Amino acid sequence: MAVLQVENIYKKFGKTEVLKGISFSLEKGEVLAIIGSSGSGKTTLLRCLNFLERPDKGKITVSNKVLYDTDDENTLLESEIREKRLHFGLVFQNFNLFPQYSVLKNITLAPTLLKKGTPAEIEEKAKQLIEQVGLSDKLKAYPCELSGGQQQRVAIARALAMEPEILCFDEPTSALDPELTGEVLRVIKGLKSEDSTMIVVTHEMEFAKSVADKVIFMADGIIEEMGTPEQIFDNPQSEKTKAFLQSSLENF
Amino acid sequence: MFIQVTLDLLQNFLVTLKLFGLTLLFSLPLGLIISFGSMSKFKPLSYLVKTFVWIIRGTPLMLQLIVFYFGPGLLVSMFEASGTTNWFVDLMRTLNMADPLVTAIIAFVINYSCYFSEIYRGGIESISAGQYEAGYVLGMTKTQIFFRVVLMQVVKRIVPPMSNEIITLVKDTSLARTITVYEIIWAAQDYIRNAGLLWPLFYTGVFYLVFSGVLTLLFGYIEKKLNYYRG
Repeated sequence: MAVLQVENIYKKFGKTEVLKGISFSLEKGEVLAIIGSSGSGKTTLLRCLNFLERPDKGKITVSNKVLYDTDDENTLLESEIREKRLHFGLVFQNFNLFPQYSVLKNITLAPTLLKKGTPAEIEEKAKQLIEQVGLSDKLKAYPCELSGGQQQRVAIARALAMEPEILCFDEPTSALDPELTGEVLRVIKGLKSEDSTMIVVTHEMEFAKSVADKVIFMADGIIEEMGTPEQIFDNPQSEKTKAFLQSSLENF
Repeated sequence: MFIQVTLDLLQNFLVTLKLFGLTLLFSLPLGLIISFGSMSKFKPLSYLVKTFVWIIRGTPLMLQLIVFYFGPGLLVSMFEASGTTNWFVDLMRTLNMADPLVTAIIAFVINYSCYFSEIYRGGIESISAGQYEAGYVLGMTKTQIFFRVVLMQVVKRIVPPMSNEIITLVKDTSLARTITVYEIIWAAQDYIRNAGLLWPLFYTGVFYLVFSGVLTLLFGYIEKKLNYYRG
């Protein structure tokens, strides 16, 4: 049974159509990698799933519950958007940690405000997550004292603390120095072995190939090609996919 | 003589401090409300508030003091001539009878709220959209995001311009004498008239200097305290 079902998502900014009918589904525990050149709509798609943007048209279903359907007014209420966001987590390209709080407080803030447990439980859970991303010695550090890779690992722990059903990553290593991407990708890989359902927008082709169960190649606001990593990377059908993979190889 | 003058001036400096303290007490929160008004997505409100801020920042504080001091009286006599009575006339009558210090505080609060509102607005708008979005995707409410994520960062950014404005306020209080608030400078001028002494007037500068010195140290301390993080 699909944990996530996305049907016919359209999104326009002014006159520019960014998403032109995106549909896909995701099984529990699956990892989906979304690749494609800049401006193809990958980030907008993630932002729509997290309701940071509202799709103009389309339907989003999580675990058989319709969260958003432009044909059903009752699912579009502004007052319910906040609750619906809780099904998804999002890790940003620029981390967006809260600079005035320590690593621990960054992670415990939202669970505390939303009363996801007693303060002791929340702190215990946060410490586990910090250990999981390998930063137990940085518990009391402030974001400005951490490297980009460390900040991104804290951001991942922060997203996990809300226990989202589907965790989204928006180019999680694009803002990092090349030597720091490895530590972040390892953490994401580690999550895969824990059966997390994830959607990763990425430019790291090797990573996508090794971690994804399913790959979507987006171009000009549509899904140009979708399949297993083997299908997309080793045997692409579409000319656009071939051209994109070729040019991303040439960059090395 | 020196001690007597010092004590006398100190006593009148308390009026200055009262005006300063009460102005801050009311204008700091009011400025925040005005800044929300000028940032409102509801355009008529935002234009109205911006026009008001423009008028207040675009005219001298001394003129505003005079308007608040004489305006209510003029309006009352106008209304009485035409025989009108309503809540507004009553309000103007109350203002007309008010202690000049109260009138001065009202004028100062309105003036400084407008200046503070622009500092708040600058601070709030300088926080990146990513901070709000990080809060949203974690399921936080708008109110929680503002008070738990954004506000602290705004405070850190606005301490330097705020301290500037607050130190200006210390000295602006001397304008209140235009509307008969008896404060330290007026008291010092009375020494010229009554005792032929000029130095007490110069001496008032020391009171202002010491007080703004204390404030400068205080703001320096706050800035340092907030420097535990960058960003």
